Amino acid sequence: MNIDDIKREFPIFDDKIQNNDLVYLDSANSSQKPRVVVDRIYDFYTKEFSNVGRSVHYLAVAATNLYEQTRVSVQKYINAKDKDEIVFTKGATEAINLVANTFGQKYLSEGDEVLLTELEHHSNYVPWHFLRKAKNIKIEFAEINDDGEVTLEAIEKKITNKTKIISVSHLSNVTGAILPIKEIVQLAHSKNIPVLIDGCQGAPHLKLDMQDIDCDFYAISGHKMYGPTGIGILYAKKKWLEDLPPYQGGGGMINEVKKEGITYGELPNKYEAGTMATAQVIAFNESIKFMEKIGIQNIEKHEKELLDYGLEKLRKNNSVNIIGNPKEKGGVISFTIEGVHPHDIATILDEDGVAIRAGHHCCQILHDKLNLPATARASFGVYNTKDDIDKLDEAINKCKKIFNL
Amino acid sequence: MDLKDLYQEIILDHGKNPRNLGKFDNYNKDAKGNNPLCGDNVHVYLRLNENKKVEDIAFEGHGCAISMASASIMTDMVRGKEEKEVKEIVNDFLGMIKEKDSLETNILKDDEKTKLMSLSGVKQYPMRVKCATLSWHTLTSALDNSDQIVKTEE
Repeated sequence: MNIDDIKREFPIFDDKIQNNDLVYLDSANSSQKPRVVVDRIYDFYTKEFSNVGRSVHYLAVAATNLYEQTRVSVQKYINAKDKDEIVFTKGATEAINLVANTFGQKYLSEGDEVLLTELEHHSNYVPWHFLRKAKNIKIEFAEINDDGEVTLEAIEKKITNKTKIISVSHLSNVTGAILPIKEIVQLAHSKNIPVLIDGCQGAPHLKLDMQDIDCDFYAISGHKMYGPTGIGILYAKKKWLEDLPPYQGGGGMINEVKKEGITYGELPNKYEAGTMATAQVIAFNESIKFMEKIGIQNIEKHEKELLDYGLEKLRKNNSVNIIGNPKEKGGVISFTIEGVHPHDIATILDEDGVAIRAGHHCCQILHDKLNLPATARASFGVYNTKDDIDKLDEAINKCKKIFNL
Repeated sequence: MDLKDLYQEIILDHGKNPRNLGKFDNYNKDAKGNNPLCGDNVHVYLRLNENKKVEDIAFEGHGCAISMASASIMTDMVRGKEEKEVKEIVNDFLGMIKEKDSLETNILKDDEKTKLMSLSGVKQYPMRVKCATLSWHTLTSALDNSDQIVKTEE
């Protein structure tokens, strides 16, 4: 694959940003969008718009078909058994909230334990914390090791006979650690514990096969997969979606509504209340096609090369300290510079068009454990090049110079 | 935008070697502030004497060069001032960071105003404004005996 050609498919790189060529190293936060995705939104609104799943006029039927085509594309992309196992949400956050809320309602009671890890994003902690408040459940955290990984053993250590669900990241957005999710699922299932995988960072970078991983739930963020904001996916095994109560109530998710009672719709409508992010769902199909065209194996390989190059380069840069050293690692490099706060790093890098993120990256538990208030983070997407990493390195040197390091 | 406006020599100096960093024993007012977005936090301690004068002031915390420099310069500037004067300086500073081109208070000498104006570079960086203002809001909270932890996220 030719990265220059791929990069040209992203309009954001056409023009200078603040007089600089954009070096976008913030894809773990949100990826840029290829032209096909942006155009699809425009075309849908200008030529094909209607609400879906309700009216019977031509536009409504056509829009409904488009909307459902994305569901099938996602199903195939992640190798789910059934298209009804794909639920559209407003984001991965809502997908996790959906599971925490409905599973919590039905299966969690006082003293039960939910097992997370120390490297979870706040969106895979706060929804469970709501249950801690409401139902008096306990939350346990599997510990990270010195390399910033969570091992199978660390998970096993925290499983008790009170553990009712395990919810873990596929890929850490800070250390980049790829968790052994298949093994975690096997272990959990041997003890009859269901597993939710927060796949926000996994889905854009790794090959997904739901039937192989065998997890019960998998949460996906659309905007990190070169797709629009406002769309996420909850994959859930059909048995769970049939078994669990609905999440939000409203139009579209019902079967029959009477004064004396209500019955709910069939899957997948049961979990899609109200008018959904129709244009975004339809445009997300283009994101899937875009990734399929390049091939996820090629994306993985490219990002691995960038990662290796970036690690080598930054390790050579004195006073740069790289956070974590996982054996299995995705395209994320979090770092600190002795004597410069990450926010100062980010502002100074930005002056040269190098866009990174600084802060706790929504992982305060992890930063507390690392005893760091904040880190700087460079993360990669399919459009990044080694040249971007060279520019990152140069900008870091400039930063050191300003601070007289 | 020009980085030199933001990272002036005086800011780098105060950021690297903050004055009045630490805690002293006989403080009678204090308050905490944090910036959830950055993970920065500050704890301001001060001693108001019977004449409502700031006898001593110090701060603990960690943050970026801007927030450390701001707290450092602030504590230097309000020591020895009366509570009323401190409040006027705080308002003037926050007003300057927010919208005004210059400082208007007569309490500060010209060289003190120049020192404070070194923080005006953050105006061009909306995301960094709260780095500069956190310690000032926290000082107000300490003076008002507020139990509320100051947060920069509204």
